[in-house]
Amino acid sequence: MARAVVSTSLSVAIATGLYGISFGAIGVAAGLDVLSVMLLSLLMFSGASQFAFVGVVAAGGAPITAIASAWLMGVRNSFYALRMAPEFGPRGLMRFLQAQLTIDESNAVSASQKSPADRKLGFWLTGVGVFFFWNLATLLGALGGNLIGSVEAWGLDAAAAAAFLGLLWPRLKENLVLAGLGALVALASVPFLPAGVPILLAAAVALIPMGRKS
Amino acid sequence: MILTVVLASLAVYSWKIMGYLVPERFISARLRGFSDRVTITLLAALVGIQGIAVGNELQLDARIPALAVAALLLWLRVPYILVVASAALVAGGLRLLGF
Repeated sequence: MARAVVSTSLSVAIATGLYGISFGAIGVAAGLDVLSVMLLSLLMFSGASQFAFVGVVAAGGAPITAIASAWLMGVRNSFYALRMAPEFGPRGLMRFLQAQLTIDESNAVSASQKSPADRKLGFWLTGVGVFFFWNLATLLGALGGNLIGSVEAWGLDAAAAAAFLGLLWPRLKENLVLAGLGALVALASVPFLPAGVPILLAAAVALIPMGRKS
Repeated sequence: MILTVVLASLAVYSWKIMGYLVPERFISARLRGFSDRVTITLLAALVGIQGIAVGNELQLDARIPALAVAALLLWLRVPYILVVASAALVAGGLRLLGF
C-alpha cells in the first residue's frame, strides 16, 4: 500500500520535523549563532547528536567534549545503515546521500513496512521529509522560538512520543519483552546519566538474542 | 564555533556512512540480528524518554493520557497521521486547561 507509506512518512516528517523549533531555540539560547545552529541541522542532521552538542556547549564544555558527545550519540545510525545496506544500499554517490538521511525516523518507517518496495520508499520519503521540516523548523526556532511558543504548549512533545509509538506498534506484539526491556533500561537510567546516554544504554539490550528474526 | 560544528558533523556522518561502506561479507548474521533488534529497543526507549522524561527527571504529565489515546487509536487501526495529531491535541488541550 504505497498510499499508507506516503501518509506515514509525511506524518513522521511533520511531527518530528517541527521539533526542530525547540532545537533552534535551545541552540540560540545555548549561545550559538544562527549560522552554527543551522549548520548543525543541515550537516549533522541527527537530533540526539545535535541536542548533545548544544547541551555541552550550553554547559560550557570544551569543543572536543561537544564533538565526542555528538559522535557517541550517533552510533545507532551505523546500525540502521547496516540493516538497510544489504536490502537497498545504493551504489556510487547516492549512498552518501542515503547515509546523511539515515536517522531514527527514516529507519523506523522503513522497518515497519512489509514489502521491500515500501521499505525503500518509506526510507526516502521520511528522510527527505524530516530533513526539510527539521531545517525549516530549526530556522524558525533560531530566529524567534519565543514568538511561536513552546513545543509543549502545542503538544508536540506528546506527538513525537506517539509518532515513535506508532512506528513501534506493528512490531510490538512479537517483540514485547525486547521493547519493554529497552524502555525500562532507558527510563531507569534517566536520573543518573546525562541526557541521551539512556537511549544508548537501551541499544545494549539488543545484544540479548531474542525475538523473531525478520 | 563553525569549525567545531563541521568537525562534529563529520564525526556523526562517519557512523552513518560506515554502515554502507562495510563490505557485505563482513556483516555476520549475528550483527544483522543485533541491528534489527536495535531498531526495536531504541524505538521503545524513545517512546519512554519522549513520553516520560524531562531532562534528568521522570515526569508524569499530559503526555501520558496523550500516549494512552494514541495506543487506543493504534489498536483500533486508526490511520497513523490521525494518531499523531490526536496525541498533540490531547496534550495541548490538557495543558490549555491547566493540567
